[in-house]
Amino acid sequence: MKKLESSLSNMVMVLVAVAIITGGLLAWVNHVTEGPIREQDEQALANGIKNVMGTDKLTVTANDEMKSIVDGKEQTFVIHKVNDASGRFLGAAVESTTGGFGGDLKVLVGFDAEGTILGYTILQTAETPGLGAKADKWFQKGGKGCIVGRKMDAAKPLTVNKDGGDVDAITASTITTRAFLKAVNQAYGAYAKQDVDGQSGATRQSKK
Amino acid sequence: MNYVKILTNGIIKENPTFVLLLGMCPTLATTTSSMNGLSMGLATMFVLICSNVVISFIKNITPDMVRIPVFVVVIASFVTILQMCLKAYLPAINESLGLFIPLIVVNCLILGRAEAFACKKGPLESLFDGIGMGLGFTLGLTVLGMARELLGGGSLFGIILLPETYNILLFVLPPGAFITLGFLIALVNNFKKA
Amino acid sequence: MEYILIFITAIFVNNIVLSQFLGICPFLGVSKKVDTALGMSGAVAFVLTLATIVTYAVQKYVLEAFGLQYLQTIAFILVIAALVQAVEIILKKISPALYQALGIFLPLITTNCAVLGVAILVIQKDFSLVQSVVYAFSTAIGFGLALTVFAGIREQLELVNIPKGMQGMAIVLVTAGLLSLAFMGFSGVDGGLKPVFGL
Repeated sequence: MKKLESSLSNMVMVLVAVAIITGGLLAWVNHVTEGPIREQDEQALANGIKNVMGTDKLTVTANDEMKSIVDGKEQTFVIHKVNDASGRFLGAAVESTTGGFGGDLKVLVGFDAEGTILGYTILQTAETPGLGAKADKWFQKGGKGCIVGRKMDAAKPLTVNKDGGDVDAITASTITTRAFLKAVNQAYGAYAKQDVDGQSGATRQSKK
Repeated sequence: MNYVKILTNGIIKENPTFVLLLGMCPTLATTTSSMNGLSMGLATMFVLICSNVVISFIKNITPDMVRIPVFVVVIASFVTILQMCLKAYLPAINESLGLFIPLIVVNCLILGRAEAFACKKGPLESLFDGIGMGLGFTLGLTVLGMARELLGGGSLFGIILLPETYNILLFVLPPGAFITLGFLIALVNNFKKA
Repeated sequence: MEYILIFITAIFVNNIVLSQFLGICPFLGVSKKVDTALGMSGAVAFVLTLATIVTYAVQKYVLEAFGLQYLQTIAFILVIAALVQAVEIILKKISPALYQALGIFLPLITTNCAVLGVAILVIQKDFSLVQSVVYAFSTAIGFGLALTVFAGIREQLELVNIPKGMQGMAIVLVTAGLLSLAFMGFSGVDGGLKPVFGL
């Protein structure tokens, strides 16, 4: 076959044809993958909640979004309230964000009804690999700075040992540790406030 | 030209990472571990093979003056397809490679092969060129990823081989990418001369 | 104040080339001489800022308005390619002097992943238009800084005796690694500056 000439009509025709074909193809692939992508996102959150609540048998009863003023700035927390298999209130998994060393640090922390930490997982991090990024294991059960199983107390927030607290800092990553503990404290603050009286001091709205 | 030669040309003689130095951005950015390097290599290889074959099919019905835009659209479509499929079925990989998936579009290796090979040769040869170059790129990224993971984290593909005391953190950090690649290229240069 | 922080962070802390690995090709390719490095930096600053504004508008008023976010990659790269062509043609007409200085670098910019990268990043980070512009411009300055400093080092490197195997790209990459190491000293500075600016 001879190569097409670069005449105006040819060029327009080819470009239009290419645009239509790729547009159609992409629309089709988008249609096919849309469902699985949404499922994956939901699955990831559901797994995260199961992970931090330390049990598989649970039902999420409410996903509340809560805005609260922290250090003079409005922060958004998402509180996923959880019931256990028998329908009893188990606690909640709370999403909380702070500024870490390399960027935003977003954690999901699970609390039981008494405010004891059941577990945590890091949702988003930009900490230095090999240093601050160790936060995903450091504070877990068996880690050097374990916080799982601690009962939170609003009057005595978790503090790193360098600042006079009792949580061991990640080696050479005090700033990350501070940011992480702040995120956990904030999460508890939001959870406690919501638990006692959801209306005062904070605006609440249900999130689908 | 026989197919084996086209294949080995991409893997060894004109290795995109160590010899041609094409597609440096993903090479340096995503090789923090062997697994990341391997998945980035395979992702790029997928786009490269598809675009090579398609471009070689449509080369005769594409007027010369709109060649580049048409090629770019073809490449970008495959990248988008890849991106959507990864999100849907392999979200972990999509997460760890992040921004560098859409940036496969501007990987000079892919447009370079389209211009230098696929728009001159037949579909079958282009297919083999895509496989060869893709394998070469994957090999380069995996080797770099392995070197960095071993030196920086003491493990290979997540299997821990060295105790933490022997980890040299620098190699996982950005400077480590430049330095490791520099020394690997020096090593390849030495072999070539010998 | 927030904009000053974005400015400093984009130039030093998260330098586009040395810590985010975007735009490596021109960084290694056109850093042999300080003059060309400066020309390239100027061209990138111009195109990057302009492209970010245009792609931001495309994202907000076309893609999001019609629910076509999945066409982001393809739309952005086409917009950037068209923009580079347009800039080239306009520059040739209205300012031949500027075209002389920047012209030869323009075609190279289409495949500079820094441009597409920044366009996608500002969408991912959910920046406002002003934030995006400040971010794009400071990123370009950061690119220029890295490129120019590196070109200066490479000019000196020409005069040095280098072992055989290390000659060529090998020593260039190791040098880039050392420069990147120097820039790592800025990491965390943004966090420390936040209280200074009252954020």
